[in-house]
Amino acid sequence: MGELSIEHLFKAYGNHPVLADMHFTVNEGEFVSILGPSGSGKSTLFHLIGGILEPDAGDIWLDGEKINGKRGSISYTPQTPSLLPWRSILKNVMLGGEIQGNIDKNEAIELIEYAGLSGYENAYPFELSGGMKQRAAFIRSLLSPQPLICLDEPFSALDEFTRLEMQKWLLSIWQEHHRSILFVTHNIEEAIFLSDRIIVLSQTPAYVKEIFTIPFSRPRDEDLLLTEEFLAWKKTIYRGLGNDVQKNY
Amino acid sequence: MKQLMQKGWKPVLVLVLLISIWELSSRIFQVPSWLLPAPSLIFRTGVEDWLNYQHHILSTIRLTMIGFLIGSTSGIVTAVMLHVIPALREALYSLLIISQNIPVIVLAPLLVVWFGFGILPKIIIIALVCFFPIAVSSLEGFRQTDRDLLHYMKMAGAGKQQVFWKLEWPSALPYVFSGLKISATYSVMGAVISEWLGADQGIGVYMTMASSSFRTDRVFVSILFVIVLSMLFFSFIMLAEKKMIRWKPEREE
Repeated sequence: MGELSIEHLFKAYGNHPVLADMHFTVNEGEFVSILGPSGSGKSTLFHLIGGILEPDAGDIWLDGEKINGKRGSISYTPQTPSLLPWRSILKNVMLGGEIQGNIDKNEAIELIEYAGLSGYENAYPFELSGGMKQRAAFIRSLLSPQPLICLDEPFSALDEFTRLEMQKWLLSIWQEHHRSILFVTHNIEEAIFLSDRIIVLSQTPAYVKEIFTIPFSRPRDEDLLLTEEFLAWKKTIYRGLGNDVQKNY
Repeated sequence: MKQLMQKGWKPVLVLVLLISIWELSSRIFQVPSWLLPAPSLIFRTGVEDWLNYQHHILSTIRLTMIGFLIGSTSGIVTAVMLHVIPALREALYSLLIISQNIPVIVLAPLLVVWFGFGILPKIIIIALVCFFPIAVSSLEGFRQTDRDLLHYMKMAGAGKQQVFWKLEWPSALPYVFSGLKISATYSVMGAVISEWLGADQGIGVYMTMASSSFRTDRVFVSILFVIVLSMLFFSFIMLAEKKMIRWKPEREE
């Protein structure tokens, strides 16, 4: 479950093409990152997969079912404050299941505990720190019935320390609940540290420029970040981004 | 409470000072009481005349409540309809905004012509005064729904009803309340003005009778009660808001 296949996707807003022949797959239980300059159509891609937009051409398949323009088939976590401010953490976490009509309170409480949020079940989001909110949002995705989780730069608003903590946490919880994850980021290190594969996008109109398979074994820990190999990968991918990087940074 | 005492004494002091100056100057310059009665006289009239005017106050409160309830309910319902049915919004939204510029009070004589001096035209005036702030503010609330959250809900497969009840309604609630607060104070004003036009009881009636017999002290008593009623009404709504909206950090004041 959770096998996504993007086939020759095109999308334009009026005369402005955003995606041009986007083509890639996410295998079952795989962690795939999308890396690309800002404004390269990553949000558009998510909106297409999520069914809010319809592609101009091409197909999106999930587990053998065509999901062009079909909503409710993936679990999406937007960049920032993606929790409903008027719901307690417990109710927020159960929202995805609630929309689909199946609530599992016990599992929710269990996962809240696993995320280190025990005691905050009845707190409102404003009472939590940025990292805690993101953890809650991710648990919500895990509790949603959909097999594919799409994360849109979930850690971009966090400081460097919290970010590393969150990355490690994400890896550990993902390893226990095997789901497919499609992860968007600007951050090369983050992409290498987390992913099985990295998809590098071009400037708009975006297409898949290159796909890197990251060979590091799992479970990974932070020592990996300082190894020679890791730096070598960073260089390779930096070059892979090519001119686009120089334009953007 | 302690904080209120610490910060609140300054405005209270100013108020006491102003009233003292008023009292003193009206004694020193011997201002005739039909022109400007001294605060002490107003207070005495307020106490002594209580039995004569208390039924007026009750009647105004009743009128205000009925008008407010009808006006705010129809305001919220209208806002929801306009929000849910885009075609309706396109047709009516700009009219609604423009019609906000019509001072509803000028319609009062017309309503009297149509509906006479009974309770109906009065309720219509109050309801109209309440209607616009709530309708416009609620609509704005629906419009301000967070884009990211909306995308989340839609991608999660939420239907229109789920999006409305789980996202749009709660997120518009603070806007609904700010509309209600404005309307609460307007409604008392609307009630008094509607009573001026002709009624058998109400603060407005007491006021016109007092002013035509140059009982300026009684006019002041009625003004005082209008202010008190508006403030009471406003604080009720504020209290309800505090009870219902607990998800926001308490503002430091």
